[in-house]
Amino acid sequence: MQHVIRVNGLGKRYQMGAREAYGTLRDTITRSVHNVLGRGAARSASAESQWMWALRDVSFEVGDGEILGIIGRNGSGKSTLLKILSRITEPTTGYAEVRGRVGSLLEVGTGFHPELTGRENVFVNGAILGMRRCEIERRFDEIVAFAEVEAYIDTAVKHYSSGMQMRLAFAVAAHLQPNILLVDEVLAVGDIEFQRRCLGKMKDVSREGRTVILVSHQMGQIRRLCQTGLWLDRGRVRHVGDVGATISQYESAILSGDDDGAGQCFSQWELAEGGHVVRAGDRPVTFRVRVTLAEPVVAGHYGVGLLDEQDAVVAGWAFEPVALPVGTHTLDVRIPMLPIRPGTYRVSFALFNRGSNLTGGRLIEKWVATPSLTLDLPPLGHPQDEWSGLLNVPATLSGLPSGDRVRTDSHPASVPAVPRVAASS
Amino acid sequence: MTTGAISEAERHQLLPLHRIAPSHAWVPLRLAELWEYRELLYFLIWREVRVRYKQTALGVAWAVIQPVMTMLVFSIFFGRLGGLPSDGLPYPVFTYSALIPWQLFAFALTESSNSVVANQRLITKVYFPRLIMPLSGVCVGLVDFVVAFGVLVLLLMWYHIAPSAAILTLPLWTLLAVGSAFAVGLWLSALNVRFRDVRYTLPFITQLWLCATPVAYSGRIVPPFWRPLYASNPMVGVVAGFRWALLGQTRPAMTTLAVSTAAMLVILVSGLYYFRRTERTFADIV
Repeated sequence: MQHVIRVNGLGKRYQMGAREAYGTLRDTITRSVHNVLGRGAARSASAESQWMWALRDVSFEVGDGEILGIIGRNGSGKSTLLKILSRITEPTTGYAEVRGRVGSLLEVGTGFHPELTGRENVFVNGAILGMRRCEIERRFDEIVAFAEVEAYIDTAVKHYSSGMQMRLAFAVAAHLQPNILLVDEVLAVGDIEFQRRCLGKMKDVSREGRTVILVSHQMGQIRRLCQTGLWLDRGRVRHVGDVGATISQYESAILSGDDDGAGQCFSQWELAEGGHVVRAGDRPVTFRVRVTLAEPVVAGHYGVGLLDEQDAVVAGWAFEPVALPVGTHTLDVRIPMLPIRPGTYRVSFALFNRGSNLTGGRLIEKWVATPSLTLDLPPLGHPQDEWSGLLNVPATLSGLPSGDRVRTDSHPASVPAVPRVAASS
Repeated sequence: MTTGAISEAERHQLLPLHRIAPSHAWVPLRLAELWEYRELLYFLIWREVRVRYKQTALGVAWAVIQPVMTMLVFSIFFGRLGGLPSDGLPYPVFTYSALIPWQLFAFALTESSNSVVANQRLITKVYFPRLIMPLSGVCVGLVDFVVAFGVLVLLLMWYHIAPSAAILTLPLWTLLAVGSAFAVGLWLSALNVRFRDVRYTLPFITQLWLCATPVAYSGRIVPPFWRPLYASNPMVGVVAGFRWALLGQTRPAMTTLAVSTAAMLVILVSGLYYFRRTERTFADIV
């Protein structure tokens, strides 16, 4: 088989904290003045230790038409590797040779503009992902049908429900036809049925002789789609080879605590009701997460939180004491209803051993989970954003002279331009 | 696949090979790659133009209101009350003919300087030649320019001023204005990634720059000895060119035009290299 990707000794070094502390001019000037005056010696010594290798000495090859799955815990360098291969960032050492057009899908809906219509966004987004205009035109109907938004294609995307936006964005991406496709975790969005169709689409892609590199936390997905697996551990390759062997090595390493021990207990979450999308605000919702423990938990504390896009806590639950033996468990946190406004939320899981954070317990792991939770519901509150608030509950008005009763969820005026999503069949 | 006639191995060899490796200090400009991505450039410009006047009551009229209001203020304070000389022309035409290239420059400069930071989502998620960002920022300004230009035509008719054959040089001066904005925008957009100070200095820079450009006053009040230095501000050449092309004045000194063009080219080429040199860290620090 011919190689389309050859990676050799690839490394990427970041400066710790460089992201938050983008320097102001003043800092740089002070620093250089200090250096000139010879007072910088102590500082630069500490600066040296602030470097962190996100990737170190990574080498592997991918053949034509192969699907490679990359696994590893959070922060093991998976996304950095994809960013280097898609030329978003440069490696510090080593090199990679890539043959053919590369399409990367590190995020769904990059460049979507809320003021533009669905049609316009398909073109802009397609161009951003590297599609030619004629290519988009040719596949336009297919994309719209795939997303199931035919009726709203000329409506501004800001009036779409978040589920519709995501489907449209993914539909564009799914119709990309590069020689090499790099996918980061994005498949996990959307409801089960839509996920299934996306997976099918991906399989088609590889059948047509294109190469795919897929990063995912969902071992099932990796196993189903990929022939080869690559396990990254703290920026280094731990294992490359047959996908089944790689996954079982990875999982047993986590179990035996070989995977550097600290944390790595949460690996995969979903709703017990299926997928990561809630479609009814008055139904039970069960947060299901897979926990793999290398140490027994005694008198532990288990916390689940729901964060909005500004990282504010919308809801949080704590359970203690919890006791769990070594091994893999599935924990379900069930709440009777989730009547909050539609949108995207992040779910955070935390597990402490021997107490909570208040009582001196030790944090095993806190995981702000990917993918996010999507609430795809008709809004029941005030139609204006600034009045709709956080809760999404229906209300009834009575006492009208006519004797009518008006409900928010039956009153068409209160659900103005937001089209309701047709139930996927 | 459409490649029925050739073998798998041949098809494989036909695909372009990219080598991804750490780059050294001075990197080639790779301007040809921009051409490959021309459709993306087009769509980014188109997106900005579509979105620009959404949810505004006056819409594209803003492109006219701003220069016209400035013209009125200048005409009243500098022309009428201040009595500044306007080379024997009606002051409103005199200043408006300079205001439209100025607005083009100032808008394009602001847009391109902010372009990289404003598009950080794109930069950290997709690859494309980063030069597209400041370039699209500059091009968006041309739309407003064309609209504002319509008013100038009306003004010329009102004052019965007929442009001479020099009007044919107008595209050159427009190009000089756009090139200057792009050149300075290259420097500022790349600096902006690392130093957000740029955002705060930008309004200040444009204000000072306006004072150093003969928009409200005539360039002839500058003593001849200083004129070559004065012309190292490329906008001096742009304004001189515009007034010559549109108002039928005598041709400006060749040194002015040459110095302005040379200054623009120096900033442009150095800006291109600086941008290309720093762009590899954009995604890491933006």
